[in-house]
Amino acid sequence: MTDIDTGTLWTVIIVLGLGSFGLRFVFTGLVGDRAMPPWVLRHLRYTAVAILPALVAPLVVWPAATDGAFDVPRAAAAAAALGIGLVTKNTILAIITGAGTLYALLYLLG
Amino acid sequence: MTSSRRKSPYVSGIIDSSPFILVIIPFASLFGVLATEAGLSVVETMAFSVVVIAGAAQFTALQLLQENAPTAIVLASALAVNLRMAMYSASLTPYIGAAPLWQRAICAYLTVDQTYIVSVAEYEREPQMTVRERVAYFMGAVTPVVPLWYIFTYVGAVLGTQVPDSWALDFAIPIAFLAMIAPMFRTLAHVVAALVAVVVALLAAGVPYSLGLIIAGIAGMMAGAQTELWLDRRAETAP
Repeated sequence: MTDIDTGTLWTVIIVLGLGSFGLRFVFTGLVGDRAMPPWVLRHLRYTAVAILPALVAPLVVWPAATDGAFDVPRAAAAAAALGIGLVTKNTILAIITGAGTLYALLYLLG
Repeated sequence: MTSSRRKSPYVSGIIDSSPFILVIIPFASLFGVLATEAGLSVVETMAFSVVVIAGAAQFTALQLLQENAPTAIVLASALAVNLRMAMYSASLTPYIGAAPLWQRAICAYLTVDQTYIVSVAEYEREPQMTVRERVAYFMGAVTPVVPLWYIFTYVGAVLGTQVPDSWALDFAIPIAFLAMIAPMFRTLAHVVAALVAVVVALLAAGVPYSLGLIIAGIAGMMAGAQTELWLDRRAETAP
């Protein structure tokens, strides 16, 4: 077992909790219903479609579970989830296809 | 998923975010398992999930704590992963900014990737919703997600080290996020935003403290906004 210091751990939990709440509250809480300029709104429309792919791309190309080595089952699962999602627009079907692809290939490739 | 205005917004929210049940269960369990493997008690693991309520940031913090990184670095990295929450907050503001402060505070605590994505997609589809309906929808989107996040963190923490690596729970996150993103590619601008974000994220992978994510996100948002402007100009000049 690793020896994470209890004081450090609780400091991280509490400060990270307060900080995360602050990040979530900063605009909805402080800006409220004051109008934001159109150029800001135009950028905000692309928040989700930019941030989530940016979060996922390194996880797909360099998975932590294989110590960063490219992994065919994981890459194929990612492609399957994205492809089925694009074609069917159905999130749950995309998740099932992705997970199914991952387990099938992990089994077949041993 | 077309929502019928005959259903209550709260129920519509529950229905629209219910696919994430499949995702939250392995994701939350995985955090519980990994935290226990790192030597955290069940109470500490639960406190992490209830206080922080942000999967990716929790995994980042846990990873760095195990590496005995300085506390300031642990906090900076995990908060950088969560900077997207500020962008989510900004993006929700035009829709729910007029709600009472206490409601906005509760929504802020409950803003996670899933609730944000489902809610914003609905607000864009149904522009005539009232602020009250939007908050109700948001609370509905939270209902199948957040309680399960707590419960399955606990289950994972109790199961602890018994879960074998062959379950490949690590890949629950990428599959879930990709499945969520796919239906959002409605215009060329959305596709360009995502492609630019992916390319920059891979190029910036070496940037310390997870800041590559933020750089890539901003690059993608700018690319999307510029594409939208370009498409608008082209539509205006077309006969």
